[in-house]
Amino acid sequence: MDKTPKHSRNPTTVEPALSPLGVPPAESHDPDIIALGPEMAVAEGDVRSAEDGESVRGSSLWRDAWRRLLKNKLAVFGLVVVAVITIASITGPAIIKAASGVTPDYIPSNDVKLIKSFPPFTGPDGKFSWSHPMGTDNAGRDLFARVLQGGQISLFVGIISTLVSLLIGVSYGAIAGYVGGRVDNLMMRLVDVLYSLPYVILVIVLLSMFRSQTPRGQLVLLFVALGSVSWLTMARIVRGQVLSLKNQEFVLAAHATGVSTSRIIFRHLVPNTLGPVIVYATLTIPQVMLTEAFLSFLGFGVQAPLASWGSLASDGAQNIAIFPWQLIFPGVTMALTLFSLNFLGDGLRDALDPQMRTD
Amino acid sequence: MLEVNDLRTYFDTEDGVVKAVDGISFNLKRGETLGIVGESGSGKSVTNLSIIRLIPDPPGKIVSGEIIFNGQDILLLPQEEVRKIRGRRIAMIFQDPMTSLNPFLKISRQLMEMTQLHLGHSKSQAYEHAIKMLEIVGIPDARQRVDNYPHEFSGGMRQRVMIAMALSCEPELLIADEPTTALDVTIQAQILELIKKLKQKTGTSVILITHDLGVVAGMTDHVIVMYAGKVFEQAKTSELFAKPGNPYTKGLLRSVPDPTSEQGSLYQIPGSPPDVAHLKPGCPFAPRCERAEEICRREFPPFVALTPDHHSLCHFAEEVFAASPSVT
Repeated sequence: MDKTPKHSRNPTTVEPALSPLGVPPAESHDPDIIALGPEMAVAEGDVRSAEDGESVRGSSLWRDAWRRLLKNKLAVFGLVVVAVITIASITGPAIIKAASGVTPDYIPSNDVKLIKSFPPFTGPDGKFSWSHPMGTDNAGRDLFARVLQGGQISLFVGIISTLVSLLIGVSYGAIAGYVGGRVDNLMMRLVDVLYSLPYVILVIVLLSMFRSQTPRGQLVLLFVALGSVSWLTMARIVRGQVLSLKNQEFVLAAHATGVSTSRIIFRHLVPNTLGPVIVYATLTIPQVMLTEAFLSFLGFGVQAPLASWGSLASDGAQNIAIFPWQLIFPGVTMALTLFSLNFLGDGLRDALDPQMRTD
Repeated sequence: MLEVNDLRTYFDTEDGVVKAVDGISFNLKRGETLGIVGESGSGKSVTNLSIIRLIPDPPGKIVSGEIIFNGQDILLLPQEEVRKIRGRRIAMIFQDPMTSLNPFLKISRQLMEMTQLHLGHSKSQAYEHAIKMLEIVGIPDARQRVDNYPHEFSGGMRQRVMIAMALSCEPELLIADEPTTALDVTIQAQILELIKKLKQKTGTSVILITHDLGVVAGMTDHVIVMYAGKVFEQAKTSELFAKPGNPYTKGLLRSVPDPTSEQGSLYQIPGSPPDVAHLKPGCPFAPRCERAEEICRREFPPFVALTPDHHSLCHFAEEVFAASPSVT
């Protein structure tokens, strides 16, 4: 590392020129580094003032946004809750299995006459026990393990659908916005048409038409159905952003350096839309999760023995008078997660919105 | 090296066809600097965007003309070939360094993109080259600064970065579109000095667009004065300032403040530039011209050759030229 002395008046340390460049012949371009002597590196003693002291410390846009996010208590709360629930959902079932040997789909007995749904912290004998902190469901399956496993699926559905919406929505919107004109018109009218379809009904029709035999197949169908409709708003947002960005001078400047159009769209314009995209993606996750819960509640989504918060709540709702914990635990967990994701999304919007910037 | 013949770039607007550039021709030799001056909207920038075929189409269109760059007519090349010329052989510096760098990408990435694209540099090669270029344009602590974002640089520093980027592929022609307009005066001088030195060193030809006559006087070999999309006067810089052959040029020269004489209010050309969508027959400058006579409003003026390399678009070019005092 050839660090330059910080207080030097002539802080450039260009190696001696290889050869003073004369008039380069038109065809034979030397693909090497321009050999310019150090004497011309600085036009007079022109670099003083601001750069005089220590080297300027970088503070990227992301670091600024992160700092602003941390100032927002609600957003930090959301971030922590989401993190805890995510980690618990991913690791929880395995830990429970290791600790007590119970898996989320473990049914202790097939005897129909036995009451199998125990209240929280109660063992089969009616006394206090650590074995089922959230109680059990109708079939005697541990509710805690099932809620965590349901969380896995709910979060998974939310994230995958959002990724699909990111992938399709961002590229679709960016291309429509950049190309503009008739293509843009056509592409966005298609979005309008899809928008105008009642999409919950569309998803229900899709799911019931292609009803799969295995629970996993059903899950894949759910992803496809949710992902295929969740990208519409994203496409609109990105298109709007790109429309306002594409006439900026740096795009022209990039063109003037010979960068190709696709590279300009995806390397120069898309990064500039990232703020709103991240915010909207964060807000899409709870939206998709809610839709998934809704569909599962209606019986179109995740099928037993797999569980999601929606299907757990659906099961619990049937027994709400006798076994209220079957509804309360998945319901509260889901509500908490959705709240937190929304808080986080709001916080991110405030942190990334340039209008809010006060530094 | 660069020869522009009868270039016409029109824009289709709801208001009619705007003839932003209407039949301009000029010639630029290797190592020379050409100044293009004119008021806002006179077609200076459109001329240069036409040279690298960056006119937004629609609504713009290069209607006719030739742009011969080293024997090739750029207007006839396929888009792919033009892309290889842009940045590699013809580079551009834009007016506002605040907006012409991508705010979301690090300086290093924007500098590296150029050489990776055109010179086939590997990542590390391009990175070292970027640092070298920043050092050449006088950015202190280049190695630390190369990974900064544009907003962490001051305006003058950003313009240096732009120059570094423009010169990193060692272009044969550098087009500087009002490179100093957005900067304050002390920085302006530094940037111009930098361009001048780099030009001398690399032998690059430069087209300098500006509306600052002082800049033209100090930097260029030849000058083109544009008005309403047309070349009004074309001459060697020294001659244009000493013996202008066009009433418009004279007006421009009189509008420059002269610190040695205190005459109270500054001269200004009356009126404002014409609407190029609705030009009347006759000289476009006639309504504002002190010298205008009946013929000026009726007939389009001829392009008079006053000397072999001094031309003026005026009915009375010879008279104005003869009447111009030879300023010492």
